[in-house]
Amino acid sequence: MTGTGSEPRRAAKLRRIAALVRKETYQALRDPSSIAIGIVVPVMLVLLFGYGLSLDVKNVPVAVVVEDASPDAQALAASFEGSPYFATHLVRSMPEAEQLMQDGAVTGIARIPADFSRALQSGTAELQVIVHGTDANTARIVEGYAGGAIAQWQAHRGDEGYPVPVAPIAVQSRLWFNEANDSHYYLVPGLIVVVMTLIGAFLTALVVVREWDRGTFEALFATPVRADEILIGKTLPYFVMGLAGLALTILGGMALFHVPLRGSVPVLVLASMIYLLVALGIGLAISSATRDQLVASQLALLLSFLPTVLLSGFLFDLRSMPVVVRLLTYLLPARYFVALLQTLFLAGDIWSVILPNMAVLAAMAVGLLLLARAATRKRLA
Amino acid sequence: MIDALSRTLALIGKELRILFKDPRTRVSVLLPPVLQCVLFGYALTYDLSHVPYAVLDLDRSAASEALLAEFDGSGVFERVANLDRAADIRRFIDDRQGLLVVQIGQDFSRDLQAGVPTQVQVIADGRNSNTANTALAYVGSVVEAFGTQWRASRGLPGPPIRISMRAWYNPLLESRWNMIPALIGTLTMLQTLLLTSMSVAREREHGTFDQLLVTPLRPSEIIVGKTVPPMLVGTAQATLVLLVAQLWFRIPFEGSLLTLYAGILFFLLGAVGIGLLISSFAATMQQAMLYTFTVLAPFTLLSGLIAPIDNMPVVLQYATLIDPLRYAIDMTRRVYLEGAGFAQIVPDLWPLAVIGALTLPVAAWMFRHRLT
Repeated sequence: MTGTGSEPRRAAKLRRIAALVRKETYQALRDPSSIAIGIVVPVMLVLLFGYGLSLDVKNVPVAVVVEDASPDAQALAASFEGSPYFATHLVRSMPEAEQLMQDGAVTGIARIPADFSRALQSGTAELQVIVHGTDANTARIVEGYAGGAIAQWQAHRGDEGYPVPVAPIAVQSRLWFNEANDSHYYLVPGLIVVVMTLIGAFLTALVVVREWDRGTFEALFATPVRADEILIGKTLPYFVMGLAGLALTILGGMALFHVPLRGSVPVLVLASMIYLLVALGIGLAISSATRDQLVASQLALLLSFLPTVLLSGFLFDLRSMPVVVRLLTYLLPARYFVALLQTLFLAGDIWSVILPNMAVLAAMAVGLLLLARAATRKRLA
Repeated sequence: MIDALSRTLALIGKELRILFKDPRTRVSVLLPPVLQCVLFGYALTYDLSHVPYAVLDLDRSAASEALLAEFDGSGVFERVANLDRAADIRRFIDDRQGLLVVQIGQDFSRDLQAGVPTQVQVIADGRNSNTANTALAYVGSVVEAFGTQWRASRGLPGPPIRISMRAWYNPLLESRWNMIPALIGTLTMLQTLLLTSMSVAREREHGTFDQLLVTPLRPSEIIVGKTVPPMLVGTAQATLVLLVAQLWFRIPFEGSLLTLYAGILFFLLGAVGIGLLISSFAATMQQAMLYTFTVLAPFTLLSGLIAPIDNMPVVLQYATLIDPLRYAIDMTRRVYLEGAGFAQIVPDLWPLAVIGALTLPVAAWMFRHRLT
């Protein structure tokens, strides 16, 4: 490249890129499926995650079996009925309750045995709780709520003059960053990660392999465009679409679910742009490395959706996963973005978290784009 | 009749050859379900097994040591730091060094000895409030057990009512038992939908679908020819996941295989029907992929895999009625863990049959009318 020739060359390069960008943009805008993934999917996911996914268990259907006719037993049954967490079915006998559980009509059985009031005098009273263990998480919560109903009953007895035993040690807990214990606070940042991954990876997963499949890539090679120009031309339009989806998700999540943004906006935008490049890079790398659209779609699906939802630390705690699985999650870009967004939204600009995670994502973006370029160039030869 | 059968069989044979001629496609159809099942089987649990925490013990008494020993001996809590000042808490939590800080005030042992109700403070990182709440519940049970033990050692009465807890179908209450059977349907649907919608879209994009329609094959025969191969693949994938669940994770299978496979067949019929319906709207493979995903995401999130359907708002609960995965997950859990018989899973089967019976004819109609 000579000094005099570089100016026109650069201009020509820019012109070629602009032409490719224009072509790709037209192609994307003409295709209703791009709109589906760019707008419909983000809006749908905001609504589903925001309104649909709730791990807060309420109105658990429970059969209460009262085998003891004493006032104490009746009072305990009443405190189950009064609990906002239970929808109680009062039944007379255990077989009746068991039938309800087998039919799936109730999730648990609370049994007040026949000798309840007598045992209460001697301090050996027992409440039997049988839970439908299929959903272990809900089952544990039911056990906790049963304890709550008993505490309610005790307080009531205390009003009537019975001594109420006080626990010697109480736990006073505080939930930092989310004092109100609102599950949207972690769902919305996680949701942004999922949406960005999907938009990025899905939009670009087929853009290169499609041209191979249709034979239009050879035509592209006959033109003066080079591999990196093709990649820029194929990334830029989707980058802009991805940013639109991002804005939609962030604003929607904040407006509908009142999730605070305690960090600064420029940092959030920068981090999201880097992650969008990573997601687009995943799609481009898949697209450049495969020759078959089916295989490319399968890879995009397998590498993006479920791993991002399940392995990023957004729903399931990474520290409790076995070592091998935990090590694998370090390869997953979503993991770093989840850490970034949870911190940026809820805790603020904590640089000791932001900088390392951002650095890893930036390195991944560069690596993936170089990989895509290498895979495309190899094909050219 | 015989002709129709042989034509359909020819199409099925062709579809299977396309799918399995390429070693890469072969691998991409059979390997991922196994890998995903192992990986997600370990990952999908709301139980916590490692909770890193820090201690700020201002009391430094025998009693506070004894309480902390209960935490360290619980097998769940791992002490990663001993803090000296309350000012250090902020940094510990902010930097995500641990999930929580247990703070014991300086009056702790004095109050405890005097019989005055005392407390421990716990500060948790609420950035993932679900994880934090689970950890706090564990803290509560450790402290409660310590308190009960402490009272008993001084001859004081325990709580008036003891809860004796039993869990049916999953005695140790392992989340994994719940999650892995659900993966049979989830992982299978992922690929069945994609395979089905892509197979028609591929023919469209390559122009061979027009050729297919000028052959003596009737639309109904095309539908059958396009339905059976992904169902076979789906059955194979479901079998692989089932094997991983039993041989790797050792989750006891309570039901009958015949019932389970009958259920899987109904489920695949519904899933493939939806896949074909998507493909009748898609002109290219790109569109088929994106549309597939557009329905796959809500199907997965609303299926009850991640959060129970009963907790959803009523409107969304109605929306789950068209989700084949919802029925598949319920059906597999019931057959696998509860040993439900055929009669008991009928409530899950007929909606799947309805989904199949609606989507397949509509797809056939769409194929014909797109052409003319």
